[in-house]
Amino acid sequence: MLSRTADHLFWMSRYTERAENTARMLNVNYETSLLPQSATETEAGWKGLLSISELLPSYTSLHGEINARSVMEFMVSDEDNPSSIISCLRAARENARAVRGTLTTEVWETQNQTWLEVNRMLKTGEFERDPGKFFEWVKFRSHLSRGVTVGTMLMDEALYFMRLGTFLERADNTARLVDVKFHAVENEFMGASSEHEQEYDFYHWSAILRSVSGFEIYRKVYRDVIKPERVAELLILRPDMPRSLHASLNEVVNNLGLVASDQSSDTLRHAGRLRADLQFARIDEILATGLHAFLTQFLDRVNALGGRISRDFLVPSVG
Amino acid sequence: MLKFDEMYAQLTPQGTGQSQSQGGQSQSQGSGQGVRPHYEAYAKWLAGQPDTVMRSRRDEAEMIFRRVGITFAVYGAKDEDGSGTERLIPFDLIPRIIPAHEWRSMEKGLVQRVTALNRFIHDVYHDQEILKAGVVPREQIEGNAQFRPEMMGVDVPNGIYSHISGIDIVRAPDAQGKGEYYVLEDNLRVPSGVSYMLENRKMMMRLFPELFSQNRVAPVAHYPDLLLETLRASAPATTAEPTVVVLTPGMYNSAYFEHAFLAQQMGVELVEGQDLFVKDSFVYMRTTRGPKRVDVIYRRVDDDFLDPQVFRPTSTLGCAGLMDAYRAGHVAICNAVGTGVADDKSIYPYVPKMIEFYLGEKPILNNVPTYMCRNPDDLKYVMANLKDLVVKEVHGAGGYGMLVGPAATKAEIEDFGKAVLANPTGYIAQPTLSLSSCPTYVESGIAPRHIDLRPFVLSGQSVQMVPGGLTRVALKEGSLVVNSSQGGGTKDTWILEI
Repeated sequence: MLSRTADHLFWMSRYTERAENTARMLNVNYETSLLPQSATETEAGWKGLLSISELLPSYTSLHGEINARSVMEFMVSDEDNPSSIISCLRAARENARAVRGTLTTEVWETQNQTWLEVNRMLKTGEFERDPGKFFEWVKFRSHLSRGVTVGTMLMDEALYFMRLGTFLERADNTARLVDVKFHAVENEFMGASSEHEQEYDFYHWSAILRSVSGFEIYRKVYRDVIKPERVAELLILRPDMPRSLHASLNEVVNNLGLVASDQSSDTLRHAGRLRADLQFARIDEILATGLHAFLTQFLDRVNALGGRISRDFLVPSVG
Repeated sequence: MLKFDEMYAQLTPQGTGQSQSQGGQSQSQGSGQGVRPHYEAYAKWLAGQPDTVMRSRRDEAEMIFRRVGITFAVYGAKDEDGSGTERLIPFDLIPRIIPAHEWRSMEKGLVQRVTALNRFIHDVYHDQEILKAGVVPREQIEGNAQFRPEMMGVDVPNGIYSHISGIDIVRAPDAQGKGEYYVLEDNLRVPSGVSYMLENRKMMMRLFPELFSQNRVAPVAHYPDLLLETLRASAPATTAEPTVVVLTPGMYNSAYFEHAFLAQQMGVELVEGQDLFVKDSFVYMRTTRGPKRVDVIYRRVDDDFLDPQVFRPTSTLGCAGLMDAYRAGHVAICNAVGTGVADDKSIYPYVPKMIEFYLGEKPILNNVPTYMCRNPDDLKYVMANLKDLVVKEVHGAGGYGMLVGPAATKAEIEDFGKAVLANPTGYIAQPTLSLSSCPTYVESGIAPRHIDLRPFVLSGQSVQMVPGGLTRVALKEGSLVVNSSQGGGTKDTWILEI
């Protein structure tokens, strides 16, 4: 298939996935902000959210003070913010439109419908009236988009590049989430002294879990109270947790294998090694050497992998 | 001017431009008398449709077109909220119906005309017999900006230049007041609109399936098949299994939907200039598995932008070296480079003579009588009668650069007159035809609006087409301009066995 086509498909999926993850984080933060907590805690929550997407500086220069309303607006409907939900959905739709002939009618119409609807919802004030409902809707549209892709696309390169985009983006987004949320807990995450802090911790960790639909999964897997190191293990190392780094990398490696060509063997090797590092890691070792350092390195490697995929398939310099 | 209708033998004067729908039962009454035979069944059906039903069908159609994304981009235009530039082409629910026997003769005329035009282009770029015979003045060709000297002596497969031709046809009364078809314009470069023909039919069948079980409407859905057959038949001899691609300027082009649609329907790649490259006089596309050779390019990019080494050097829409590969016979470009020399408005008046010259036949389809301002006598007549004439720029397109005398203000006429005098060779003029109208949904109800027809003629091993074409309708009351860029809409076109 055309390299440019593959490129559009890859990015269409990445932006769809990014919109979903942004909605997930916003939703959890929004729900947390409805709980009784100190102003500092609330602010820390929104600040953390902005740092996940590396948007703190551009937000501050635009709005100054951090408050729920402005952050949500910035992350949802600000068309000048390339990471806002509206920008992601626009980019997804533009990429889809560029290759609409390669998509099935259902996939294209789903993307287009999402775009038409989100504009309507923002214009009619539906988002402000009920942010939670709006975030649920964004998530739902992403589920639909993924489902209609798997359910209707021919299982060939086009599908594999779309899947590759989805899981590479998910690996990136989950890693950022874990990094920021664990960083937010200053006193490392072991000793919760006062009762208030203990309670705060529970909500902090369960919020992270819920943002990746992992709360019930945690209970099912560990049958235990929520402990930070287990949250980290679930989100990083469990291959059966669909939004974990390990599960995402499994899909990346699988799909990369399906599109492999002569020039891509080195890329496949890199992806395989990254996956192996997760497969054979132990959470206590990662925590001992430092979670932040581990995740920073992981993000760098995911980023490099994206660059390699681009060079091998999407924007080749042949000719 | 609204006195020549497709549905009614006669329009009543008070019926023009106003609503006739009171209570939903009388929609098709009062607008005219004597329903013409091929409209009888439809008019009866329409009279039985409550207004509310038709209204909800219109909304449904618009919703579907939006969801499917059947839109076109307007250059430089913004919506009221300043965001989108994608518009829907208004779709009208009332079909334009042509009786099958009329179509059969029109089809013969189209085959004849397009065949002669292809012979003409071949001749112009080879021996120039028609110029030597003095049938077409030499300076009309060599002074024409659309004449491509690069094409001299280049042989193209089957001698076909215009593989896809859009011939614009109107119906108007002849001297005896009898309905007659006239060719208004030949489009031999990159005619567009065929996707709307196909989508309009799909929409009508979805909204009103019963109409298609009651009426014998000739199907059109096989157009992409014929197109692919035509393109494959035009492949260079270098390959037995040609790879066909559609070349688009990209998603911001006004006809992008159509490019994507046709590529998808034919199952071929939709490429942009950046996807192609030329190596050793062969054209390749960049794929995820390395370079792949391209044999036939259905290009939806104008000549000027095809190859920066030969034409406009700043163009990024084409592919450097393409002309080199083309002249070497390694790739087919459809339509061929240089077809514009035959669809120019200054060449149009000579088409009937071409038919006689090349085919030795009498033209089946009429031309509209045309005054060429380059002739002093014609110019004198045109200047004296501007208010009654339609004056067109020879190189204008899309409904721009024209004067519709009877609809223009005094100042507009004066300004246009000055422009004509300043550059007479740049203009032609035609009598204002009483273009036929067809009942159409407008704000106030159903009213007659002017229409034209663009059949799409395919020339490969043979000349063929699907029955009918795209009917465009001028939605503004009294307007004769049907172009989508000027507020025109479209209708489904029925070739009906009665």
